[in-house]
Amino acid sequence: MCVAAPGKIIELNDNIAKVDYNGNIVNANAGVVNVSVGDYVLVHAGLIIQKVSKSEAQQMQELFRELEEL
Amino acid sequence: MQIDKIKEYLKGYDGEQCTIMEVCGTHTAAISENGIPNMLSDKIKLISGPGCPVCVTVASYIDKLIELSMLPDTTVVTFGDMIRVRGTEKSLRDVTAMGASVKMIYSPFDIIELAKSNIGHNFIFAAVGFETTTPIYALIVDELIKNKIKNVKLLTALKTMPEAIMAVAKDNDKITGFLAPGHVSVITGYNLFCDMAKKLQIPFVVSGFSGQELLSSIYALTKLKGGQSLNMYTSVVTNEGNIKAQETVSKYFKPCDGAWRGMGIIKNSGMILKDEYKDFDAGSESLTSDSMYNSACSCGDVIAGKINPNNCPLYGKVCTPENPQGACMVSTEGSCFHYYMNKRL
Repeated sequence: MCVAAPGKIIELNDNIAKVDYNGNIVNANAGVVNVSVGDYVLVHAGLIIQKVSKSEAQQMQELFRELEEL
Repeated sequence: MQIDKIKEYLKGYDGEQCTIMEVCGTHTAAISENGIPNMLSDKIKLISGPGCPVCVTVASYIDKLIELSMLPDTTVVTFGDMIRVRGTEKSLRDVTAMGASVKMIYSPFDIIELAKSNIGHNFIFAAVGFETTTPIYALIVDELIKNKIKNVKLLTALKTMPEAIMAVAKDNDKITGFLAPGHVSVITGYNLFCDMAKKLQIPFVVSGFSGQELLSSIYALTKLKGGQSLNMYTSVVTNEGNIKAQETVSKYFKPCDGAWRGMGIIKNSGMILKDEYKDFDAGSESLTSDSMYNSACSCGDVIAGKINPNNCPLYGKVCTPENPQGACMVSTEGSCFHYYMNKRL
């Protein structure tokens, strides 16, 4: 539950965002962060908690990919 | 500073003994998976802290979830880890075979659609977590009110970190530094941990989760003194934190005393729905008593950083991820689970 990973917003309807994690799409609530389509975000337990810069997001995505491969 | 220089420094460190607590369960996971303990000198010891929300939840809370799951026309909705954690005797998974209704979800907001499409059926959300998770529960209550949904209640065991960290620090004078919980810091802000460092006169570093970030933060903790602190996760952690999240939580929740497995009741270390929103509470007050399913389980001491998981007599023998005796071996944020999976010493 307490794993916040970065993903990219590909769709936003009201406060519900579709967030792409390397092809896995999940819904996340955008009620406490102002976001737009294309933003990279940290999602924790279904809630967007922060925007992340693109380079940071890519670096972190790489980390999570590596962890998955271990 | 180059990461190679940091690695060289940490492996060859020969200064004063450092005991650093990684407060957050996700830090414990990242430290274990990156093999970081093996990259450190014997004079730098890492210990896990109380930052796994499922692990710190007391038995009476699980027992109450089980009781609610057995009621007619009622379903307990929860994140996955909670299903396998035992209360006094049984877990939610155990009682599903006895007719209990338990549903696992990945996104808390799914409960809104569940409730709308099952009018007449009651849903109880097992609302556990720290500062990072409480905002989503506040948003759920907000949505329930806006949509006049009456068939959802929360059973809360929500915790806040500062008082728990203070309690751990007062109980363990060997701790020389804290890796502050990174994602909690996103919500609370860095300033909170600056203040704690000053109060405790122990350094705090807010760290990210990559191997490089963690090594850099450990390096910093060997250098910082007394009440100093540092934010090394500036890409997402601001001084003030997420104000909107803080305001949303304050609208619906108030501080309360929290019951922590292994640490007892810690004043002002929990959050509970305000009196005006009690209609959405499934009976969270007074769930403070605790017991271990296996009396030899040392989860309490592990959570408080008093022993390493592998010092528990059950660890790796009768307690494994396949057959966990305590919550710390169940949860994917539990320190016993990660010590075991990564053969951490």
